[in-house]
Amino acid sequence: MRTMAAEGPENMTGYISHHLVHLSTGEGFRALHLDSIFFKLVLALFFIVLFIGVARRATSGVPGKLQCAIEMLVEWVDGLVKETFHGRSQLIAPLALTVFCLTFLMNFMDMLPVDLLPAAAHHVGIEHLRVVPTADLSTTFGMAICVFLLIQYYGIKHKGLGGFLTEFVTVPFHADGIVAKILLAPANLLLRLIEEGVRPVSLSLRLFGNMYAGELIFILIACMTLGASLGSGLTYVMGPLQLIAGFVWTGFHVLIITLQAFIFMMLTVVYLSMAAEHH
Amino acid sequence: MSITITLIIQGFALFLVAWLVMKLGWPSIIGAIEERQKRIADGLAAADRGQKDLDDAKAQALEIVREARTKAAQIVEQANRRGNEVVEEARGTAVAEGERLIAVARDEIATQTSRARGELRNEVAHLALAGASQLLQREIDPKAHAQLLEELATRIAATR
Repeated sequence: MRTMAAEGPENMTGYISHHLVHLSTGEGFRALHLDSIFFKLVLALFFIVLFIGVARRATSGVPGKLQCAIEMLVEWVDGLVKETFHGRSQLIAPLALTVFCLTFLMNFMDMLPVDLLPAAAHHVGIEHLRVVPTADLSTTFGMAICVFLLIQYYGIKHKGLGGFLTEFVTVPFHADGIVAKILLAPANLLLRLIEEGVRPVSLSLRLFGNMYAGELIFILIACMTLGASLGSGLTYVMGPLQLIAGFVWTGFHVLIITLQAFIFMMLTVVYLSMAAEHH
Repeated sequence: MSITITLIIQGFALFLVAWLVMKLGWPSIIGAIEERQKRIADGLAAADRGQKDLDDAKAQALEIVREARTKAAQIVEQANRRGNEVVEEARGTAVAEGERLIAVARDEIATQTSRARGELRNEVAHLALAGASQLLQREIDPKAHAQLLEELATRIAATR
């Protein structure tokens, strides 16, 4: 327990910045956020084991509760994809399901008490630990890059390389004459490049921003009783306040993490659908 | 960093949310799942029942057809038997009737023959009497010669 004397702005700043440092190795470009990678892998493994386990044991008779729940999830995602993506693709629905579930699971790490895993890690000698992979820009941007590459792949697959490249200079401004076409080509190209570039950035920043902010608010709420001791009267005022604030924010954040996972999935499907459709 | 009041309160906050979810959200999700399970179970049971009903109906139909076939065969056989009986009966009746008619005719013939024979006998007797009276040129006393005449008539009848 910290003493009351140790409490102060530096301590609070220290607490916050301590929470925002990744467990990493390497410097600069070669830096690896081991905590994000670890938790993402663990959650991915959980997802795979859960879904494949249920799929293996799936029965065409009366399903169990877990199978029922997963069936409902799969049907829901499948319905969304069918409504949005009009082309035929084996990949889109499973991709959307994976994106949704994995994003949700990673977001869900935010629900755990913000000090729980770092405190546990502290006992085994790990000083810094951030448990929410999606509050790490590297994770969200990595996912967005994958989506970006898939968008390009679908564009080429559905329109052919020629059609795909032609679209760069003929859309969104259509022209009839050759001269007009050549004149409009630079503008089209510029808009297209911006559009393509903005997508992964907005996709990743939206998720990252929401999760980072959520995590930060949890940390700030935690600061209410930072260094408190049972002997101090202030603890009995700030303690319940922290409980209420933590409760309200956790409840609210349940909606945010679900919504953000949903948005990430929907945008992925919409982008892919746009890439596959002819203008 | 170690276990602090902060961490404990964070844990309580999570627990509260989890409790709230358990109270408010969980029942509807589990309810939906259970309803779905029930629907699936009911559907499968209904399908099984339908299949069983169909099988039963098929078996029943086969049974009915077989019964009908047996009954039809019985009826045909019965009809044949009855027909034979009728024919036999008719034949018997006809033979009896024929025999009766033959017997009646024979009786008639016998009656007619004996009557004709009697008449003939009388006439011959008269003729013989008349012939004799003419030969004798005198009346024969029928009373006195009745025995003779009778004897004569009998002889004529015997020579026929």
